[in-house]
Amino acid sequence: MNPQRAAWWFLTPALLVLAVFFLLPVIAALGLSLTDYDLYALADIRHLRFVALGNYWDLLHQSAFWSALGHTFYFVLAGVPLSIMVSLGSALLLNSPLARCKPFFRTALFAPVVTTVAAVALVWRYIFNTKYGMANYVLGAVGIHPVDWLGDPHWAMPTIILFAVWKNFGYNMIIFLAGLQAIPGDLYEAAHIDGASPLQQFRHITLPMLAPTLLMVSILTVSGYFQLFAEPYVMTEGGPLQSTTSVLYLMYNEGFKWWNFGTASAVAFLLFVIMFAVTALMLRVARRGAAA
Amino acid sequence: MNPRIAKAVINGLLIGGTVVALFPLLWMLSVSFMRPGEASGLPPPLLPAHAGWQNYEELFTRAGMGRYLVNSLAISTGITALSLACNLMAGYAFAKLRFHGRERLFQGLLGMLVIPAQVAMLPLFLMLKYMGLVNSYAAVIVPAMATAFGIFLVRQYARSIPDELMEAARIDGAGELRIFTQIVLPLLKPIMVTLAIYTFLTAWNDFMWPLIALTGQEHYTLPIGLASLAREHAQDSELMMAGSVVTVIPVLALFLAMQRYYIEGLLLGSVKG
Repeated sequence: MNPQRAAWWFLTPALLVLAVFFLLPVIAALGLSLTDYDLYALADIRHLRFVALGNYWDLLHQSAFWSALGHTFYFVLAGVPLSIMVSLGSALLLNSPLARCKPFFRTALFAPVVTTVAAVALVWRYIFNTKYGMANYVLGAVGIHPVDWLGDPHWAMPTIILFAVWKNFGYNMIIFLAGLQAIPGDLYEAAHIDGASPLQQFRHITLPMLAPTLLMVSILTVSGYFQLFAEPYVMTEGGPLQSTTSVLYLMYNEGFKWWNFGTASAVAFLLFVIMFAVTALMLRVARRGAAA
Repeated sequence: MNPRIAKAVINGLLIGGTVVALFPLLWMLSVSFMRPGEASGLPPPLLPAHAGWQNYEELFTRAGMGRYLVNSLAISTGITALSLACNLMAGYAFAKLRFHGRERLFQGLLGMLVIPAQVAMLPLFLMLKYMGLVNSYAAVIVPAMATAFGIFLVRQYARSIPDELMEAARIDGAGELRIFTQIVLPLLKPIMVTLAIYTFLTAWNDFMWPLIALTGQEHYTLPIGLASLAREHAQDSELMMAGSVVTVIPVLALFLAMQRYYIEGLLLGSVKG
């Protein structure tokens, strides 16, 4: 057998799986989003009707969609910068020559990343329990009134954001740490001799040298955070008063609770388009920043 | 700043961060050994007054946790083994075998990384339903048998294998399959280990697709079973913490044992941007 034919044999299993179980469904989702596929069509395909952009049109006139989108943007806009700051801060600490027991701290700080969202979300639900949770007990000790963390529509999303930061910061921390270690030490030495303060060194050496890493990490984190689902599913079931219903949660409810597959597919595609637009915008802004 | 103060501040912050990172996990472990109702006392108890296994007994004898554990192990192992095979073969082909349209196909594969997996979920569910696979291990395993990311990772790694090795074997008359299994695979061992751990952890922790595809309790994985238990037993904190321990400990142990490989893989994968 020649290498060319062998190549196709080696590729076939993987490409077949990806084509049949990913690419085809993605294309089908686009088709599905143009129909009114629902419980009736599920029972008998003859009930299926083509509605063109009707689902999209309806969604854009539905307050449920806009509020789900708003909650998702809230989560992304507050969660991503916070996550990245915590990741960068802990990477800087770990990278400092003054830090001790680095392997231990690194492993400990990374541990939440490998845990199961559904399981640790339950732990957080317990810690943030209004009556007997540790969070309110500690706040009570310094004289702050108990907060109804997951039961108050104003507090539920911030609590979920805190949880997500705790769960995820270790991942980017490792990437930042590698980025920091790749910065040549003589840059800092030269700056030190010129009398630059640590803060100036951070602004004029660390940040510019880390910029490509920062951009990549931001884009990956933004895409990840747009896919918010398991956290509200376990911690709040999308409540209270729908305040933690994300776009994916809406898709899940439309699709697998109400069996409105047409509408749900339109939700999925809108999310895809929004994610694509946001990451493209980030790349563009970053390029312009680099050129200036 | 005085270096001694700086040292104290930096290490103090690291200790503080570590406490925040580990406290929920340690407390979860501690509460899981408490008696029913004990965790709902004030002040919140840090350690059980009389540690016992009763929550774990309850989980395994009555709540079906043993079944979920078996399901999770079977599904995660299945995904790991099958996706490893598919991704290794494809990654090697993209890296080392010349064929028509290779670059284009690979670009297309990278393009797929942009599409969020959830877009495919609705038609995939319908497809599996027509195939009669919904609510079976296969519903979760089959779609995960190959990933663009895994192929990408293997390809990056396999590119460093010198072509001369394969050429020499071809001149000696070795077939392509033999070259792959006897020459290439041993060289790919480090990336195999990394990809295996990464895939296993991802499969174990996965939530949304198993929630959709596994409609019957008898097929639930641990995260799904736990989430469903939590809706019934919202107030039984001790029981829920024990369930969380059962879910988290296997992956945490795997990570601690193999963390070098895992973190290497994380860094390899992150240079894709």
